[in-house]
Amino acid sequence: MARAGAMATGEPGAEGGGLARRVERHPLAALLLALAIVLFLWLVLADWPEELERWLGRKRVFVSALFNGITLGGLYFLVATGFTLIFGLMRNVNLAHGSLYLFGGYLAYSTVQATGLWLPSFLVAFVLVAIVGLLLQVLVFRHMEGQELRQTLVTIGLSIVFADLMLWVWGGDFYQIPTPEWLAGPIDTPIVLDVRPNGEAVYLRYPRVRLVIFAASVVIGVLLWLAINKTRVGMLIRAGVDDREMLAASGVPIQLLFALVFAFGAGLAGMAGVVGGTFQSISPGEDTRFLLASLVVVIVGGLGSIPGAALGALLIGLAEQFGSVYLPTYAIVFSFLIMVLVLAFRPQGLLSVR
Amino acid sequence: MKRILLGATALASLALALAAEAAEKLKIGVTATLEGTYTVLGEDGMRGFELALRKWNRKAGGKDLEIVVASTDATPDSAIRAVRKLVEQDKVDLVISPLSGSEGIAVRDYAHTRPQMTFVNAASGAMETTFVNPAPNFFRWNMDGAQWQAGLGDYIYKNKGYRKIATVGEDYSFVYTQVFGLAVEFCGLGGQITQRFWVPLGTKDFASIIAALPDDVDAVYLGLGGADAVNFLNQYAQAGGNAKIVGGSIMVDQTVLSSKGRAKEILKGAVAASGMADTWEDPRWQAFVKAYQDAFPPDKRFASPSLLAVNYYNSASATFTTLDKINGDLSDGHKKFRETMAKLELDAPNGKIRLDENRQAIGTNFVTEVVEDAQGNLVSKVVKVVENVNQTLGLPLDKFKALGLPSRTNPECKKY
Repeated sequence: MARAGAMATGEPGAEGGGLARRVERHPLAALLLALAIVLFLWLVLADWPEELERWLGRKRVFVSALFNGITLGGLYFLVATGFTLIFGLMRNVNLAHGSLYLFGGYLAYSTVQATGLWLPSFLVAFVLVAIVGLLLQVLVFRHMEGQELRQTLVTIGLSIVFADLMLWVWGGDFYQIPTPEWLAGPIDTPIVLDVRPNGEAVYLRYPRVRLVIFAASVVIGVLLWLAINKTRVGMLIRAGVDDREMLAASGVPIQLLFALVFAFGAGLAGMAGVVGGTFQSISPGEDTRFLLASLVVVIVGGLGSIPGAALGALLIGLAEQFGSVYLPTYAIVFSFLIMVLVLAFRPQGLLSVR
Repeated sequence: MKRILLGATALASLALALAAEAAEKLKIGVTATLEGTYTVLGEDGMRGFELALRKWNRKAGGKDLEIVVASTDATPDSAIRAVRKLVEQDKVDLVISPLSGSEGIAVRDYAHTRPQMTFVNAASGAMETTFVNPAPNFFRWNMDGAQWQAGLGDYIYKNKGYRKIATVGEDYSFVYTQVFGLAVEFCGLGGQITQRFWVPLGTKDFASIIAALPDDVDAVYLGLGGADAVNFLNQYAQAGGNAKIVGGSIMVDQTVLSSKGRAKEILKGAVAASGMADTWEDPRWQAFVKAYQDAFPPDKRFASPSLLAVNYYNSASATFTTLDKINGDLSDGHKKFRETMAKLELDAPNGKIRLDENRQAIGTNFVTEVVEDAQGNLVSKVVKVVENVNQTLGLPLDKFKALGLPSRTNPECKKY
């Protein structure tokens, strides 16, 4: 059980001594992983020989797809991490999670329209959506603890009601949260794509906003990991994931903890809505799209595991982007193919808790 | 006993009264894409429809018009669900539907199974809809996607000097048809289409497609619409893209040019072709624009009507005009209605329209360039008008048939 606790909050938690042990235990897997990383680095950094260009097309396409997959994974991580956090602690499959995402996006759009400020809109979306999450936990889920089927059905119902309410307020239009001036346009990265015959190097130009958003999601991921592993509340959450009843019996106000985690997970979804609305767009239907994406991500990564959500998000993001470039006809199938493979060979998810 | 009898009599007379009232009314079913990627297109389409209704004062053929609206999301199955509901549940007398290309093919197939009903296409523009296995009870008053590109290939080859282009389009029949129309003309002159990218309808993340666009082309053709178009332009701007743009009929359209945000700025100077142009000086067009602007408050409409508003307006006008001519008499199984409609010539805001033997529109097409008008709105300015564009694009039927049907790869880019 103690082992599961460490895993729930992070594979990285087992790092240090754990890493060496793991390499010892699976030398082949470790070797393959190291090789794959080296190959990837080489693909990104090296000047491609012609043979390879014939195989994979121009280097720019490959590197862009890689970057796009990673940044899209950052967005998926933001949405899925709240979902998986809530599930990990409360065993509560919140199928209204996509609605929280969409609600956050709409709120941020209205905030930016009213004030013209982009960063504060994150705060607005986080706080208001967290309040919605809090209300959901206190008014609805608290009364059906442990009844998974009922919770699932109620959350589906709620997601439909929310979708209609949002359609009523914001209409069927699609909105784009305007990117602030300082984030608009591309930046030149130091990655060389091509060397022109005259010796001049062509660098990769990449949208600034996507890089910033990816950096932000990494920061959030690390902060979350620190919070769960290094703080008292985090300790309580870990204990709750392991054994709820025991934790409640030892006098911890577990309902308060549940409410807090639910609010936080919802707030994260709301913030993800701002991100999604900035580099993509928000409209009715996005709620189910992102619910589906987070479901796939957490099924691949392992329900309840935050590193699992990160890995799943990365895999799905990469699969979508590489699929759309190299095999556009089947692009949609890829993420589901990954899910099917994971379900077939490791049904508990790649980095699952139990 | 007496009371029951009385009750029954009352009921019966009520039923009679209802029947009498029903006879005075005509029920028209309309579908529009009021959900999903093409929401803004559907909304403006309905504005066009509303304009026609107001012009006719909600009466046609001496009968009051009752309108039932059903929403779709541009997928064929949503369109079938919507027209089925209108025909089988709401029991409408006529259907004006649908908006989008692949919906049109599905509704035509449904029309084959409902020979007693008449369908007037609202705005869809896939070629197959009226060209392959046309339904005798399906009428289309707008041109198809290929006709809407008439003149474009010629203009970009001769006037703009483009020789090599790449295309990006949504992966469905309407955009196949648009690229078909472009390719026949552009490649026929010796132009080259080096690559064709197809993205699923409703794609949100275009970043990888944008990166994959080739540099060694003179221009990029964009065949996207609604939310897809705005998303693409937004991400294209973020990626610092600066290729010359050639646009499809719903790409360079008020549905995109009126969108919020800076993304649309990329379209300044873009060349496109469509069944209409924002700045056409023809008095019929100007009157229509004014009617549109007067009918809706500025925040509930675009600066000027979109292609969809025009199509819905025309389809509704054709329907109401025909109803007027036959005094609203549909009792002969729509026989008179269909005969009259097939012979009608519509004096539409975007030029005169008549139907061919497949009940497909022959009309006027416009090549345009995007400019900023005095109020700072982006509008499409006419640079060339092509009249009498028919479905075979002026080619003899057998030669046109030999080209095959529009698809991801067809037609090949070569001289025919």
